[in-house]
Amino acid sequence: MNMLFIITGAVALVSAVMTVTRSNAIHALLYMVVSLLSVGMIFYILGAPFAAALEVIVYAGAIMVLFVFVIMMLNINRSRSEEKQWIRPSAWTGPVILTLTLATELVYALWPGTNGAFPILVISPVEVGISLFGPYLLGVELASMLLLAGLVGAYHLAHHIGPARDREGDRL
Amino acid sequence: MNPAIPVEYGLVLAGLLFATGLAGVLARRDLIFMLLSLEIMLNASGLAFVVAGAHWGTADGQVMFIFILAVTAAEVAVGLALLLWFHHMHQGLDADKANEMRG
Amino acid sequence: MFDLLWLIPALPFTAFGVLALFGSRLTRSAAAIAGTLPVAVSAIVAFIISAQFIAAPPVGHAYTQTLRTWVQVGGFNPAVSFLLDPLSIVMVLVITFVSFLILIYSTRFMAGDDGFARFFAYMNLFVGSMLVLVLAEDLLLLYLGWEGVGLCSYLLIGFWYREEENARSAFKAFLVTRIGDASFAVGLFLIFHSLGTLNIQEAMARASQQWVAGSALATAAAGLLLGGAVGKSAQLPLQTWLPDAMAGPTPVSALIHAATMVTAGVYLIARTHVFFELAPVMQHMVAIIGAATLLIAGTSAFVQRDIKRILAYSTMSQIGYMFLALGAGAWMAAMFHFMIHAFFKALLFLGAGVIIQALHEEHDIFSMGGLKEQLPVTFWTFLIGCASLSAVPFVTGGYYSKDLILLEVWNSPQGGSLLFIAGLAGALITSVYSFRLFFIVFFGEPNILVKKTSAPAMTVPLVILAVPAVIGGLVEMPGFFGAPHLFSRFVGNALPGFKALSPAPGTDLRLFVLSCMASLGGIFLAYLMFLRKPAFGKRLADSTPGRLAHRFFLAGWGFDRVYDVLIVEPFVRLSRMNKDDVLDHISRGIAWLVSFMHGLLGLTQSGSLRWYAMAIATGAVIFIGMVILL
Repeated sequence: MNMLFIITGAVALVSAVMTVTRSNAIHALLYMVVSLLSVGMIFYILGAPFAAALEVIVYAGAIMVLFVFVIMMLNINRSRSEEKQWIRPSAWTGPVILTLTLATELVYALWPGTNGAFPILVISPVEVGISLFGPYLLGVELASMLLLAGLVGAYHLAHHIGPARDREGDRL
Repeated sequence: MNPAIPVEYGLVLAGLLFATGLAGVLARRDLIFMLLSLEIMLNASGLAFVVAGAHWGTADGQVMFIFILAVTAAEVAVGLALLLWFHHMHQGLDADKANEMRG
Repeated sequence: MFDLLWLIPALPFTAFGVLALFGSRLTRSAAAIAGTLPVAVSAIVAFIISAQFIAAPPVGHAYTQTLRTWVQVGGFNPAVSFLLDPLSIVMVLVITFVSFLILIYSTRFMAGDDGFARFFAYMNLFVGSMLVLVLAEDLLLLYLGWEGVGLCSYLLIGFWYREEENARSAFKAFLVTRIGDASFAVGLFLIFHSLGTLNIQEAMARASQQWVAGSALATAAAGLLLGGAVGKSAQLPLQTWLPDAMAGPTPVSALIHAATMVTAGVYLIARTHVFFELAPVMQHMVAIIGAATLLIAGTSAFVQRDIKRILAYSTMSQIGYMFLALGAGAWMAAMFHFMIHAFFKALLFLGAGVIIQALHEEHDIFSMGGLKEQLPVTFWTFLIGCASLSAVPFVTGGYYSKDLILLEVWNSPQGGSLLFIAGLAGALITSVYSFRLFFIVFFGEPNILVKKTSAPAMTVPLVILAVPAVIGGLVEMPGFFGAPHLFSRFVGNALPGFKALSPAPGTDLRLFVLSCMASLGGIFLAYLMFLRKPAFGKRLADSTPGRLAHRFFLAGWGFDRVYDVLIVEPFVRLSRMNKDDVLDHISRGIAWLVSFMHGLLGLTQSGSLRWYAMAIATGAVIFIGMVILL
């Protein structure tokens, strides 16, 4: 339904804007996760459940977690004390609004009652799989090689870095 | 075909997301945020593909999305490794420290 | 024998070639022989050819020898061809004869100079060019000779180039005559464009058929030719170069700036007389220019101190007489005066050279004196020269020629009483200044003693030249002497006859008396002022109007100053302003623009990562915008 799509789209957009404007890296990351979840929701509305699942699992699940790991490792926000942020309730407003909206939508969409009103064509994972193993076989191979290259490259690059040091040069 | 959601809405949303990501890449100075904004951009392009695929009613959109996802994953891996190197070399993530391509 | 005509100019050119290439390796005597012998042979050949011409004139009183076609472009076919007719015979004879004598003189005069061979090379180049000028059948060939003599004039005025003053005088001469040359060239373009040929006789024939007398075209063509003549002959308004041209060695002054080159303008007008007859306004202009110049030059000569400057102004004045005659339609009289003038002026200059060398480069006449006893040969020959210049009646050739001019100016429909009075006044002034010169230099107490007397090489030419200065007039004596008009009859075959108004009877006699009075009166005045009562003259000079007049005349009526202020200084200022050439600025501006853009674009290579990202984004946005819009 249009209304659902619009609200979800708004959530995605607003959380993206929030992502790019935050100064705290973790906050930005979390807003990003919200955005990704919303986009996943949009995929579901459009009738692409497989894409929605992949978006949540891979994008929001793996890639963002990777970001989190790096940020933690580099301890970027060491100078900012998180306790202060915690204490201020104004830090909660943004995320709460967004996520509440998202939650409402999800609930609405998944509630058994309203589903039948969607006259949409659903492209199921079966068709996607057939397509992947059929016409797009070469692409799959290439993508896998790409992933391998990425893996090797990342490993090789990170292998030679010494222990992480902060701005004063002390070991973290 | 999916008459419920006009394809233009989806593409517009993808475009707006892309623009937002671009603004983030250009405006932020910290490398982490630049990478993050880059992710937004890639996500937006994936959204566009899926929207188009749903419009035409084929699986191709989702297939492209899968490939984009693969690319993003590889890129994030390598990018974060480079980021770690950068942090190691310049003791910080200030993009302005990477000024060695001076003409 | 006529086909040896080409030898006449060719021999001096060979002399030039030999001396230019090998001059530095030749001994003095070898160079002297190489320099004088070819001209001597030229003179002999000219004499022989002339004798044959007079004895048995060819058909139409003209003989042409075409050597080759010079240019063949479309309808433009000038040829290297020589025309032999009475006019050119007169010119050739005078030129070769006088040149030969002056070159002999120079072997002695320039004996102590380092540039001996160079001098003779230039002189021979000059003689060759002058002969080409007078023998040319085609205006283009004439222009070649014209330019050649201009070049040699420059080279020879600045012969002692190590003195900056000489170089400047040479430069001035060249520039001023160049203005005339430019006018001449434009006139040639006009003639060719209108008539389709530059062959002189052919052009004149076509002009008399096609051009309307008095039309703008004819006036323009004649005016432009006149411009050229005025420059070369040092007449108004281009006369300023001649007094300064005396910076060259004296033989140069004698040959180029007295006898031959400066008369090239007179020759040109006489040769292209049809154009002037078709433009009466211009012909009258010729007469006016002549009359004005002769008065200006005469008065200027009267106050000069430098012996050569006096003679230079005198030359200017006498050529003014020739112009006056041409303007009045007295073509033949002008050529007659040219011939006599060449003799006595060369004589005077060579004499001056003797004096200058004898007194160790002294030019100021007031530092000379009492040379009568010390340089006797020079004294007598100089006397003959001055007498001829002053047109002393009966005994001198100058008298016959000048009197003829005055007579014909009076009688001519284009002349008139005003021009006659100018000529008469000029005659008076001429006598005064020439005998002022004579008395001051040769009489009185000697100021400088002569160390050595001159060699025969220098005095013999003086004597030889004195002869025609005296008897030259016999070829053309006035009618009431009942003598045969040899000259006019001979030259009349080339130039139109003189159309005289029928004068009142006895006018001739009256005019004759007037001119006698003018010349003798002038001598008497000079005698009074400078020999008998010099105090009177000094009192006159020291009075206020006298002093003003003196300064005015000394500066040649201030023409130099006027040209300086009006033309030279603005031009120099303009060129200094344009020192960084305007067009240069354009090309330099382009270079600057490129450099500026380079700098500008260089700023984009900041090395900053974010800057590059922004650049990529901007580029993408612009391209997408273009795709959308276009």
